[in-house]
Amino acid sequence: MSLCTELVLDITYHQVKAPLFLVAQDLTLFCICVNVQSQPASLAAEDISTNSNGPKQDSLFDDDPEDLFAEATEEVSLDSPERDVLLSDGPSPAITPITPPTSVITPRIGHTHDDMFTHSSFDEIEEEEGGDSFDIHISVSDPEKVGEYMTSMSLFKRSEFAVKRRFSDFLGLHSKLASKYLHIGYIVPPAPEKSIVGMTKVKVGKEDQSSNEFVEKRRSALERYLMRTVKHPILLKDPDVLQFLESSELPRAVSTQALSSAGLLRMVNKAADAVNKMTIKMNESDAWFEEKQQHFENLDVQLRKLHTSVESLVCHRKELSVNTAQFAKSAAMLGNSEDHTALSRALSQLAEVEEKIDQLHQDQANADFYLFSELLGDYVRLLTAVKGVFDHRMKTWQKWQDSQMLLQKKREAEAKLQFTNKPDKLQQAKDEIKELEGKVQQGERDFEQISKTIRKEVSRFEKERVKDFKTIIIKYLESLVQTQQQLIKYWEAFLPEAKAIS
Amino acid sequence: MMAFSSLRSVSVDLNHDASLLIDIPDALCERDKVKFTVHTKTTLSSFQKPDFSVPRQHEDFIWLHDTLVETEDYAGLIIPPAPPKPDFDSPREKMHKLGEGEATMTKEEYTKMKQELEAEYLAVFKKTVQVHEIFLQRLSSHPVLSKDRNFQIFLEYDQDLSVRRKNAKEMFGGFFKNMVKSADEVLISGVKEVDDFFEQEKTFLLDYYSKIKDSTAKAEKMTRAHKNIADDYIHISATLNSLAADDMTANKNLNIILSLQKVEGRVASDQDLKLTELLRYYMRDIQAAKDLLYRRARALADYENSNKALDKARLKSKDIPQAEEHQRQCLQKFDKLSESGKKELTSFKGRRVVAFRKNFIEMAELEIKHAKNSVTLLQGCIELLKSN
Repeated sequence: MSLCTELVLDITYHQVKAPLFLVAQDLTLFCICVNVQSQPASLAAEDISTNSNGPKQDSLFDDDPEDLFAEATEEVSLDSPERDVLLSDGPSPAITPITPPTSVITPRIGHTHDDMFTHSSFDEIEEEEGGDSFDIHISVSDPEKVGEYMTSMSLFKRSEFAVKRRFSDFLGLHSKLASKYLHIGYIVPPAPEKSIVGMTKVKVGKEDQSSNEFVEKRRSALERYLMRTVKHPILLKDPDVLQFLESSELPRAVSTQALSSAGLLRMVNKAADAVNKMTIKMNESDAWFEEKQQHFENLDVQLRKLHTSVESLVCHRKELSVNTAQFAKSAAMLGNSEDHTALSRALSQLAEVEEKIDQLHQDQANADFYLFSELLGDYVRLLTAVKGVFDHRMKTWQKWQDSQMLLQKKREAEAKLQFTNKPDKLQQAKDEIKELEGKVQQGERDFEQISKTIRKEVSRFEKERVKDFKTIIIKYLESLVQTQQQLIKYWEAFLPEAKAIS
Repeated sequence: MMAFSSLRSVSVDLNHDASLLIDIPDALCERDKVKFTVHTKTTLSSFQKPDFSVPRQHEDFIWLHDTLVETEDYAGLIIPPAPPKPDFDSPREKMHKLGEGEATMTKEEYTKMKQELEAEYLAVFKKTVQVHEIFLQRLSSHPVLSKDRNFQIFLEYDQDLSVRRKNAKEMFGGFFKNMVKSADEVLISGVKEVDDFFEQEKTFLLDYYSKIKDSTAKAEKMTRAHKNIADDYIHISATLNSLAADDMTANKNLNIILSLQKVEGRVASDQDLKLTELLRYYMRDIQAAKDLLYRRARALADYENSNKALDKARLKSKDIPQAEEHQRQCLQKFDKLSESGKKELTSFKGRRVVAFRKNFIEMAELEIKHAKNSVTLLQGCIELLKSN
């Protein structure tokens, strides 16, 4: 019977006490529970090895000085201000064991939306490639629920495990993946942004609404990031990813390169600059690439605009919640002041209804944000990676062309040398030419490879995007339905009270 | 220029006496001025015609109100609050901002926003017509005020009232305003209250007024937030449509967002009419009731002063009959005020309760209707998306 795997991913948040003398960078640990499940599938047998580009990656560990990536990477040391630094004058944060985020960290995410955050499922479609079908089903569930499994997949050593990871570990993982895969055409999902302000507040032990919200926002972002990463068939098999998911302890590098979104953007811009400086304009023989690039440009503009509008919606809905709460209080006071008994009671009831509605608005604002707004934000960042990949292709082409031009020059030089009596120089020239011919061939292969990879990646990305949006939009609309249905309940309960006024 | 005519629901319950029916069937908005058409239908012989209309401006209403307030005979009555000045500042400012931001929006977005603003303009217009109408209807349904001579002139006089208005201003000047300024002090510092009923009413009205004023402001903020959300939906739907144009993700099913915007907009305006406007109206009505209390308190003060004057006169044995007469008059005035004041305040409470009940019921029913509508729209869209 053929098997397919199920990867269950769940990230919770733990804040850990640290000794005051330790100037640690990052005290928050995120717990990843990974449950690898296998169950019979109707699909063809999985064949991991044929699908892997793994071995080849090593050769692309580039020490190439022209590697744009190296320049753009932030070299972040332990003392760098970029790292989250514990304020030595602040109290050490207490241990706050926090279980499933929905119930504690943001207590205002009401029960009506519990399902959304704890039991969301994402179905991955089949990846069509060279005959093998690979169906990964990822679901986010309560850690307690992790337990239904049969046998483990060969990728993982165990079938169920949990690891603790720091935020910087996530960034470290991303930087490793980016350095390995971006420049050969793979769309590596960007990691969440760093936020020194938000993190500092949490560190100082501020247990208020905004720091709770920040933690939840970050936890959610990391979860989405990791899920996108493991959904990528190539990235899932990368040893760094597997190590990240499995190892009880990650090696702590002395200087970790943390490529933030800003860093990624800088890298992309540098690639774009390089493209602009190209002496030979690339003759795009393949209209597909031009078309797709244009398409992504447009998409980027629209998504940014949409993101802004949705952020405005979140803001206004929060405002509505606050205003409703204030009105509720005011109505209650008015009810107390009212001397007609029945009207007084009705006013108090109205105040209660409005108070419940305020909660509804708050929940809806959260849904607006976590479902809709964050999705858009993720995709705006993803598109940066997509654009980067296209620019890398141009760069690869440039490299090939440069080699070709150099070869041409060398050939011309060699031809001239033929007529001089300098056997040493001639031999040298012939050697150089041979080397260059190899380089040219490699350049052409690289270009073809990256083009091929990009085509595949874009196709996967687009399918993924459509699915993602559709799923999220349905979830979002369902959240709206729930809100409206609650409203009906509340007002229907109030109506007899209003009618009872006499 | 904007014309408007239709039936509106009234937020105040009135006993419509068929002998004198007043309504404002339409109004014109010319730049800054609104011209109301006041239409009267009457069986009373005191009027020249049984059915007639006159054009009136807001200032005419204010003149009528102020005249009534200054009339001594009506001191013991709650004079219906004057309608507030038509205020188109908010939609006008928004329209201006929209014009400035036109370049940043798609044509469709701009059109939709403009439509929304026009609807807002219309809503403000409707509200101002309603509130002017109610003022007149309160007068026509009052046994005493409906017979007022100036009221009749207001309804009937087919010439411009502005001449009369000017004369009135010269006569009364800022007298009324000055009185109001010190009114709270008169009430609170007070003269010793002899009547339990009025003592209670005073306490109640003072407290209730500040509470209802606060509630009105908070209700207004709620309504505005709703409107902002509705506007956001417009922008979101416009962007989704642009996405749909060259992209399959946001398919045309997402016109749902536009429908949601309409519903949200309607929720906002219904809440505005049934809740905010209700609170606002009764806030002003309570102010009018308070004014009655002030006048009574002043009359009481006058009476007490007249007593003191009489005592003085008796001591000096000088001008006793005048002092006695003055004291008698003050007492009479005070008693009359107390008597009619009691009646007015009692019926006021009844009116208030009835109006609140009516509006609360209507508001709840509308909220339910809109929410059900939203649910249907949303579920339909979800079905479509899932089946695709």
